[in-house]
Amino acid sequence: MLAKLREQGPAYLVVGPFAIVLAFPFYWMLMTALKTEGDLYNPANVPFKWNQDSPTFDNVEFLFRETEYLQWLENTAIVGALVVAITLALSLPAGYALARLSGSWGQSVGVAIFLTYLVPPTLLFLPMSRVITELGLQDRLASLVLVYPSFTVPFSTWLLMGFFKTIPAELEDAALVDGASRLRALASVVFPISLPGILTVVIFTFSLVVNEFVYAITFISSSTERTVSAGVPTELIRGDVFYWGPLMAATLIPAIPLALLYNVFLDRFIAGFTGGAFR
Amino acid sequence: MSVAAEAGRVRRRRDFLEERRFLAPVLIGPAIIFITALVGGPLLLAVYLSLTDATAGSLTGEWVGVSNYVDAWDSPIFRRALRNTLIFTAISQVVVLVSAGLLAHALIRKFRGKWIFRFLILLPWATPIALGTIGFLWIFDSLFGVFNWILVHDVLPGGQAFYPYKAVNWLLARPALPGWLEIAPIDPFNPPQWLGQPTLAMAAIIAVHSWRIIPFATVIFLAGLSSIPAEVEDAAKVDGATGLRKFWYVTLPLQLPIATVALLFGIVFTATDMTVVFILTHGGPFNSTHMLTTWAFDTGITSSALGQGAAISLYLLPVLALVAILMLRFARRTEVS
Repeated sequence: MLAKLREQGPAYLVVGPFAIVLAFPFYWMLMTALKTEGDLYNPANVPFKWNQDSPTFDNVEFLFRETEYLQWLENTAIVGALVVAITLALSLPAGYALARLSGSWGQSVGVAIFLTYLVPPTLLFLPMSRVITELGLQDRLASLVLVYPSFTVPFSTWLLMGFFKTIPAELEDAALVDGASRLRALASVVFPISLPGILTVVIFTFSLVVNEFVYAITFISSSTERTVSAGVPTELIRGDVFYWGPLMAATLIPAIPLALLYNVFLDRFIAGFTGGAFR
Repeated sequence: MSVAAEAGRVRRRRDFLEERRFLAPVLIGPAIIFITALVGGPLLLAVYLSLTDATAGSLTGEWVGVSNYVDAWDSPIFRRALRNTLIFTAISQVVVLVSAGLLAHALIRKFRGKWIFRFLILLPWATPIALGTIGFLWIFDSLFGVFNWILVHDVLPGGQAFYPYKAVNWLLARPALPGWLEIAPIDPFNPPQWLGQPTLAMAAIIAVHSWRIIPFATVIFLAGLSSIPAEVEDAAKVDGATGLRKFWYVTLPLQLPIATVALLFGIVFTATDMTVVFILTHGGPFNSTHMLTTWAFDTGITSSALGQGAAISLYLLPVLALVAILMLRFARRTEVS
């Protein structure tokens, strides 16, 4: 017992305080999201717990009834799905080819593609905003669908390259010997095995889309076309009027499912992310 | 006869498709073309725009040479934004690297309830940052926020004596404090505006951004730690290296590469971030917390001075180029080893 404590104790001492600090905002959001107005704005109440009439789902109801929040969630889902599709179509073949077919210069091209992931939206949003206007896409979700793959494709290609490297080449060679073409071997042997890796790419690509803020506020200004990341800070905060309860609910609703997915796919993400670099 | 020839031709065409020299470019090509068009194109366009007096509404303008860069440099707000960006990046990277190093070392061990701790620590990374920052707006609220409630409320039940702001004021009254901090003592009837005072607002921005990057850096550190073979630790143990010596001579050097990767990512994600500042202070109060990114946005989008804005954001390019070169060098070294 004592030996166990000595072994595990230090880990708790580090992880405990960090977990409290990093997760505290979510506790605070949850408390606020489910409070009544009377509870929230009474300075006599201890704010860390629910007081009179709380918890309540009034704020969540307000969010879905009185604001365009649901529309923003929908927009985000549409853009996310389309961007994921485009990203996979471009980065699946590229990631595979970089891992398998192209030998020594494959690594260099891989790194070069990855480096473009580091060119940030904050450097490109000004010229992009002009291009989007020229194309007549301003205020339309299509502008985001067009531009988001510029960072999701490099990121996903890198991840997929990492995953494909972990799959032994002998597996496809066996299929090739059996007379399958390379593309066929790809479709019937390689992709099914790498399905967990592909799913990881889907999750993280989607979350990049949900996260994106700079392009979303630059290209789109009508409230019905907003994504959730841009809609909540711009449309729900008007001047000095803050609807804190609904705002906190709006923050938590996308965060929770994403956090659960991250946890499930984290180990695979690590494998793919470092697979390209540390192998 | 003709059937056989037909089959042969099909076969040859298939062989051609199978040819590595042909297949690899076909598979990689679309991705490269797309990326070049959507990253390379706008980047060049940004450079071009920064050399013109283009405004929103036109894609071209009069060629003005480097005067946008000179004008930007001469503006006090730009200087302040540049300085803020450097401070923001440097301090948050120190905080993030130390925290992530500690966390990864703890998380790599086996202990009870590890998954719940891991879940809690990953939460900030999984949350869309624009939304997470709104949570912090509320935390920093001057009337009902966490800090001011704790500071000016008597935290001991029924005590009527222990007000935490008194301890803070005692600390602030020490003459050893450097003058540039510019933090006034706390007035309990007019508690601090966390986002309305330059030093406090900068601290808030750094805190929120660190909060968001720590989980990601921890994940990278974890990946690096788990790639250190167990034999190395065993060998160090056999050689009698323990505690600090082992940490200094064995563990630390092995972690240098992964710390470098985490740092390079951190620098890029921090220096080029706009979301946290945009939502938390939008450069205020009085343009004192602008970063290059938010100042470029205000100039290029809000004030429609496209060329000016592009020039401001391109001041970030040297940082990115440096990071890219270091990354390339790093990638080549791991390739050789």
